[in-house]
Amino acid sequence: MSTGTATPYRSPLRTGRGGFVRLLRAEWTKFRTVRGWVLGTGAAALVTVLLGLLLASGNRSVCGNGVTEIPCPVPPTGPGGEAVDDKFYFVYRQLTGDGSVTVRVTSMTGQIRLPDETPGVRNVVPGVVPWAKAGVVVKAGGEQGSPYAAVMVTGEHGVRMQHDFTHDTAGRPGGVSRESPRWLRLTRTGDTLTGYESADGVKWTAVGTARPARLPDTVRIGMFAASPGHLTVSDGFGSPSAERFAEVTAVFDRVALEGAVTGGWNRHDVGVTVGPDGAPHHPGGLVESGGTFTVTGVGDIAPLTEGARIETPLTGAVIGLIIVIVVAATFATAEYRRGMIRTTLLASPRRGRVPAAKAVVAGAAAFAAGLAAAGILVPLGPRILRGGGTPVLPVSTLTELRVVAGCAALFAATAVLALALGVLFRRGVAAVTAAVVLIVVPYVLAATAALPAGAAQWLLRLTPAAAFSALQSIPRYPQVLGDYAPASGYYPLAPWAGLAVLCGYAAPALGLAVRALNRRDA
Amino acid sequence: MEATIEVAGLRKRFGRVVALDGMSFTVTPGRVTGLVGPGGAGKSTTMRVILGLDAADGGSALVGGRPYRSLRDPLGHVGASLEAGALQPGRTGRDHLLWLARSHGLTAGRVDEVAELAGLGEAARRRAGGYSPDLRQRLGVAAALLGDPPVLMFDEPFDGLDPGGAGWLRGLLRSLAAEGRAVLVSGRLMGGLQDTADHLVVAGRGRVVADIGVAELIEAASGGRVAVRTTARPEAMTALAGAGAAVAVTGRDTLVVSGMTAERVRALLTADAVPFSEVRAYRATLEEAWMDLTRDTAEPGGGAESGAGVPAEAAGGAAAGREGAR
Repeated sequence: MSTGTATPYRSPLRTGRGGFVRLLRAEWTKFRTVRGWVLGTGAAALVTVLLGLLLASGNRSVCGNGVTEIPCPVPPTGPGGEAVDDKFYFVYRQLTGDGSVTVRVTSMTGQIRLPDETPGVRNVVPGVVPWAKAGVVVKAGGEQGSPYAAVMVTGEHGVRMQHDFTHDTAGRPGGVSRESPRWLRLTRTGDTLTGYESADGVKWTAVGTARPARLPDTVRIGMFAASPGHLTVSDGFGSPSAERFAEVTAVFDRVALEGAVTGGWNRHDVGVTVGPDGAPHHPGGLVESGGTFTVTGVGDIAPLTEGARIETPLTGAVIGLIIVIVVAATFATAEYRRGMIRTTLLASPRRGRVPAAKAVVAGAAAFAAGLAAAGILVPLGPRILRGGGTPVLPVSTLTELRVVAGCAALFAATAVLALALGVLFRRGVAAVTAAVVLIVVPYVLAATAALPAGAAQWLLRLTPAAAFSALQSIPRYPQVLGDYAPASGYYPLAPWAGLAVLCGYAAPALGLAVRALNRRDA
Repeated sequence: MEATIEVAGLRKRFGRVVALDGMSFTVTPGRVTGLVGPGGAGKSTTMRVILGLDAADGGSALVGGRPYRSLRDPLGHVGASLEAGALQPGRTGRDHLLWLARSHGLTAGRVDEVAELAGLGEAARRRAGGYSPDLRQRLGVAAALLGDPPVLMFDEPFDGLDPGGAGWLRGLLRSLAAEGRAVLVSGRLMGGLQDTADHLVVAGRGRVVADIGVAELIEAASGGRVAVRTTARPEAMTALAGAGAAVAVTGRDTLVVSGMTAERVRALLTADAVPFSEVRAYRATLEEAWMDLTRDTAEPGGGAESGAGVPAEAAGGAAAGREGAR
């Protein structure tokens, strides 16, 4: 028998230090050698894509014009590429080079159709909607979506200077009346337009300046009136919204043009829809008498906020996300199910690194799944939707990339949260349930309008489901009254802020997981 | 790094249960140390504390002079197989070894080497969920050997091994020790360790009951007794008992005599003309020695193993008794 005095063993094998990169490789090896996790990750992407394709291809849209069906019109796009409303009554002359237009607005009235009180009897009352607008405008041309800049009075938002659909600057608040008229002036100098307002036509205040895109040398300059529909959003369950006809009539006088103005006054009911009988539907109009112009308009000059979007086919991502949760949570809890965590900790006695390495691996796998799913659906889904007759609100390539990256980040951060919950709870069912309750349930409640819009907004601010905002491609515009409910695809937080909320859950959860692992006996 | 395990005064409670109550021992290189004792004696807890898996409430456990959790390439220092069943069922044995290897920058070649060494063969490429207990133990051994460490720890490695596997493991453990490694093996003494361990640490109720070399243990159990083989058993008993010896019958023609040297036995038998074919120093088996060590406190109906759950004083007393008889 040998004794305790033998020469201690020296290994010829060179083992390296167990650095973090090596731990990552170990955890990645663990992940890729269990078929369920690899297939699950693939399935998360595949299910998202298939549901998206199903949704997109099942969506056939036709629009009605009276009783005839027509292909849905593709909305015009503004200089920035966004879909826009560009419908207003325009009274203009041609201006070449620098110049200006000055008017006095003495009245702004209108009518609104309210919900019928007696069925079949139109319930039209006098009134002006908050974003009804009338004022002076310089526009590049007659086609819808062309660049412009305008100074205007509005129903309830005072004087505004707006240009190229998405830009809005506030001037002095207050409405107009015969006793308290409002003077407006728009000056072109080169490519720069400056808006002014005045209470008396003597003392002028600048509202703002604008440099619209691609303004030609000869532009249209004049007066306009437009009124978006009257929107009612009830804060009941389902938050139903309805938009009804509204028109505005503004009275302009003291009209003065400066610069190289040619021709007489033209009138153009921009973007008016023509009914099946060939007559314009809800036309605007002009009454001119002794230098006083009474302009009536319907419509809006604003970015479009309703319709299918590039992220519409990504609705199935929530199902993919459930699979991501299951994979990430069990990637952690499998360690505990049969005591493998002890082998793991033998190889990595610095315990805090274990959840960190697992989070990187699970997060990266989920990121890849989200990237693949969105990378396919964001370009392909809208193409299928448009093929089926459904117009899709266009966005820039940068926004598309942001939505794709946002989907990947949503998947990754969700995986990290689910993994941390797995380490904390050590039980697959508990971890998956907790993650689903935190992320999926609030999203479904909010997106399906099962809750009043107010409650849904708060859910999407406070819970990790806020991160779904990363998928929103169309921003909400303060200058457009819209149905900005979560059910319509509008989130209360900005994309990156929403993701930050999810990370605000995932990071502390991972911290708690590290702490628990450090404190617990394995 | 020195290939030793030093355990000093370990204390650990799980709620109201005292698992370790001052456990102290040292495992030195070059021999197989058996950590034996009944279930609940604290063997597995001791191993988990040494490996930094459980935190002790008091005392210290060092591997090569350092706490396990401070090791930077732990698998190169200590190889351990704790639970053979702790495997992801869907992962192959080879992949299990592979992720362990990756954590230390070891190659797939090394993985195949230890899989071969542990006799996993073709099974290495099958899912571990379908492994027999024998294969699971072999995979655990392969994992322990991965980093070629100077210190090795195995918890109940003979559990579930086929008879052939047990023989293989005994040989492996001995050769690992012969290479100068410190080898600590827990288990039941008669469950494979009897032909393997050079040194025994006997645990009971969370502390060390006996810390003794197997040779010394057998020596002590033999107790200076004399074995006699004779065809005339009754005559021999009369002659020896008459001279004051204690005589026990161990077979049809064998006796064991206490309290007398072999020379005196031989002289007495010769004087009385009792025929005998052999008179020699009696050598106890390890099993006998074990029974001896634990006899005084063996619970009725309990095996020798459960007898080890005795306070150290009782076992010490038994040893003292043997000293006196010598």
